[in-house]
Amino acid sequence: MEQGCKTSKYPKEPIALYHRFRGLPVINKECSTEIAELCAGICPQDAIDTAVKTIDLGRCTFCGHCEAVSDGAFVRFSENFDLGTANRTDLVTSGSLPTLAKHSKQHFKKLFGRSLQLRQVSAAGCNSCEADTNVLNTPFFDLSRFGIDFVASPRHADGIHVTGPISLNMKQALMDTYDAVPSPKIVIASGCCSISGGPFFGSEQIVGDLNNLIPVDLYIPGCPPHPLTTLHALLSFFKR
Amino acid sequence: MDNLLKIENGKAIARASIPQVAYEQFFKTLSEFVKNEGFIVQFFAYKDEGNYKLLAVVRNNELYVIGTQVGKSFMSLTRNSSEKFHMFEREIAEQYGIKPDGHPWLKMVRYHENYTGEKDVFGNDYAKEIPGNYPYFSVEGEAIHEVAVGPVHAGIIEPGHFRFQCAGEEVLHLEIQLGYQHRGIEKMLPTLPHKRFPTICESIAGDTTIGHSLCMCQAFEALAGLSIDDGASIVRTIALELERICNHIGDLGALSGDVAFNPPAAYFGRIRGEFLNLLQVLGGNRFGKGLVRPGGISHIMGEEQRRLIRDKLAEATPEIEHVCDLLFSAHTVQARFEHTGTVEHNMAKDLGLVGYAGRACNISYDARVTFPTECYAELPANSNLVTNGDVNSRAAVRREEIMHSLRLISLLLDKHEKLEGTTTAVYMQDHNLSPASFVVTINEGWRGEVSHCVLSDEKGKVQRYKIKDPSFHNWTGLAMSLRNQEISDFPLCNKSFNLSYCGFDL
Repeated sequence: MEQGCKTSKYPKEPIALYHRFRGLPVINKECSTEIAELCAGICPQDAIDTAVKTIDLGRCTFCGHCEAVSDGAFVRFSENFDLGTANRTDLVTSGSLPTLAKHSKQHFKKLFGRSLQLRQVSAAGCNSCEADTNVLNTPFFDLSRFGIDFVASPRHADGIHVTGPISLNMKQALMDTYDAVPSPKIVIASGCCSISGGPFFGSEQIVGDLNNLIPVDLYIPGCPPHPLTTLHALLSFFKR
Repeated sequence: MDNLLKIENGKAIARASIPQVAYEQFFKTLSEFVKNEGFIVQFFAYKDEGNYKLLAVVRNNELYVIGTQVGKSFMSLTRNSSEKFHMFEREIAEQYGIKPDGHPWLKMVRYHENYTGEKDVFGNDYAKEIPGNYPYFSVEGEAIHEVAVGPVHAGIIEPGHFRFQCAGEEVLHLEIQLGYQHRGIEKMLPTLPHKRFPTICESIAGDTTIGHSLCMCQAFEALAGLSIDDGASIVRTIALELERICNHIGDLGALSGDVAFNPPAAYFGRIRGEFLNLLQVLGGNRFGKGLVRPGGISHIMGEEQRRLIRDKLAEATPEIEHVCDLLFSAHTVQARFEHTGTVEHNMAKDLGLVGYAGRACNISYDARVTFPTECYAELPANSNLVTNGDVNSRAAVRREEIMHSLRLISLLLDKHEKLEGTTTAVYMQDHNLSPASFVVTINEGWRGEVSHCVLSDEKGKVQRYKIKDPSFHNWTGLAMSLRNQEISDFPLCNKSFNLSYCGFDL
C-alpha cells in the first residue's frame, strides 16, 4: 500500500526506456566503406558485413562500441526494443525488422493465443538471460496477466524457451526436455548465445546455434534480451 | 614462507621473479601456509616449454605467489594438508591430465577432454554425453534412500546435479555435481583477439558482469601499462556496488518466497529491477555489459546520470529498510531462517569460504578492505553483526551489505561531483602486453573474491588465462550446510548461498 502501484500498463500504453538503452540499430547505408570497416574491425562478435552494410542481430551483443566510431556515422542504436523475429535471416538487418505479429505462424496464435505454458531451459546461459526472463514474473511486468506462464514440467509445457550457447554437457538434457514436451510444440531461442553461440562462438565445447539441434520458431536477440523485448516478442508472436 | 614472493593485487611482475622450487619444497611451504590463516586464491597448472608447471597464489593479509614443476603426477595436498586444495587439484587433473596422487575424491569437475592429450585421469570417453564415468558418494543401509535432482530444475535457473543421501527426511550427505554449463572459456581465451576478451569475461557469470570484467580489465591494464582516470574509477566502483545491491535484494526476495512470505518477495523483486535499471542508466545494459573496458569505461557519467542515481537512492533506501524490517521481524520467517543450514566457523575456515558465505560464519575477509582496487582504499569498510553461519546470518549479512553499498554509492557520487578534469570514454582495442609477465587481479564481487590470473609469453601473447569465481570455494559450503538438515530445507539453504553454476563451470 505504502509503495503505491508499481505495475505497468504495457502494451496498452507504451514504455520509454532510458536513452542509453541499445535497441534496434539504425544503419546509415550511405556511410563510407572505410568507416563501416572500422566498425567491423572493433566488433568483438564479427556481426557487421561491410559489403552490404548489415548487422547480424543474432550475433550482436549490443555492446554499442561501433556506435562510437566517427560519432555514429555507420550505426546508432535506437531505444526500440521490438527485436523478435520469426526467421533467422531477418536478424541480419540493415535497420528494420519485419513486423513480428504478421509473420508469426497463424495456427500458433489459434493454439496458444489464450494460454501459453513454457519450459525454460538454460543450456550454459550466463544467468543474465535467465534473470531477465525471471523478471517477467515480478509485479511490474506480470507475465501471467497475458495467460503466459513458465512451468516446471515439460509435460505441462507448450514449448521450450532456450537460453545459452548450448554446452555439449547440456545437449542431452536439452533434447530430453524437448522430447518430453507434447506436440504441437514451439521452440524459442532467447539471447545471442542460443542463436549463434554469442560471445562464445567458435568454442569447441558448445553447439552454438540451436537450429543445429531443433527447428526454432521464434528468435529473441540481445545480451540479454531486455524483459520488454521478450514480452513484446511473446505477445506479438502468440497473441491475436 | 621464505619461498613465497610477496606480490600486489593488480601489479604485473616478470615471470622470472616467481620463485620456482622443487615440489617437496612447494608442498611443504603451502602446507604450512594454509595452517596459519592462509587461504588459496589461485592454484592451477600450465604448460611451459613442454613441462607441466603449477602455480599457487595464496593470501593471509598479504598476497604471495610460488611455482613448481611436476611430472605427470604429484603428491596430493588435499590428502595431506588441507581441504582448501580439493577442488583446485581436481581441476588441475581435469585440465592437464596430471594426477594428484592420493586425492581422496578424485573425480571430474566439469567433464571435458584435457588440454594436453595426456591419458584421461578419470577414464572417461568424452565422445559420450555427460554424466560419463564417475561415482557418487553413497551411504548404505536399510533406511537410506537417494534423491537425485537436476540438471534441469523446476524454475528458471541454471543447470546442475544434486545428489542427496537421506535417512527419512534427514540429509546425511549432499554431493553437488556441476559442469553442465562448461563453455571452454579458459581454453579458448589465449587463442582469441583481444577485442573478444571483455565480451567473454562479462558472460563468465552474467550476474557478476562487473566483478569479472573488472578483474579482466585490471589485468590488461597492468600488463599493458594503462592508467585510468579518477572519474572512470568512481563509475567502476559504483557499478560494482550496484551489482551487489541488485543481487542481494533479489536473493532476499527469493528467500522470502522460499519461506512462503510473499509480500517481501514481490517488493524486493520490483526493487531489484530499479537497481538493474540504474546499471542501464550508467551503461545502457541492465547487467552492466559493455561498460568496463581496459583503460576505463565506455560511457561517461554526467550530471543527468548522477541525478537519476541519486534520486533513485533517495526513493528506494527507505523502501528497502521497510521491507527488510517486514522480512526480518516476522516470527514465521525467523523460525525458518534461524539454525537452518549452519556451517560452523571452523568448517568454513577449513573449506576456505569467501564473500558473504564466509562473513556469515565470522570470517571477516573482504577483498575491498584487504586488497583494495579502484576507490575502495578511501571508502569505509563494513562489519557484520550476525555471524552464526546459518541462513539467518547469510540473509542478515546481505541486508547489512545492501545498506553499506547504498552509503558507498552516495559517497562516490559526492566525490564524482567534486571531480575536476574530464573522463574520456574508452573502447576495446588491441594492447601490447608486456612479455613474459604475470599478474593476478582480485575484486570483491557480490558473491566474494573474484580473481583472474594472466601469464604472457615471450612475445606478449596471453599464454594462460585463469579464472576463479568465488563459487569455486563456496559450493562445498552449501553441501556441508545441508548435513543433518531436512531435505525440504534445501531451497532455503541454496538461495542463502545463491552460487554461480556458470562461474564455476567456465
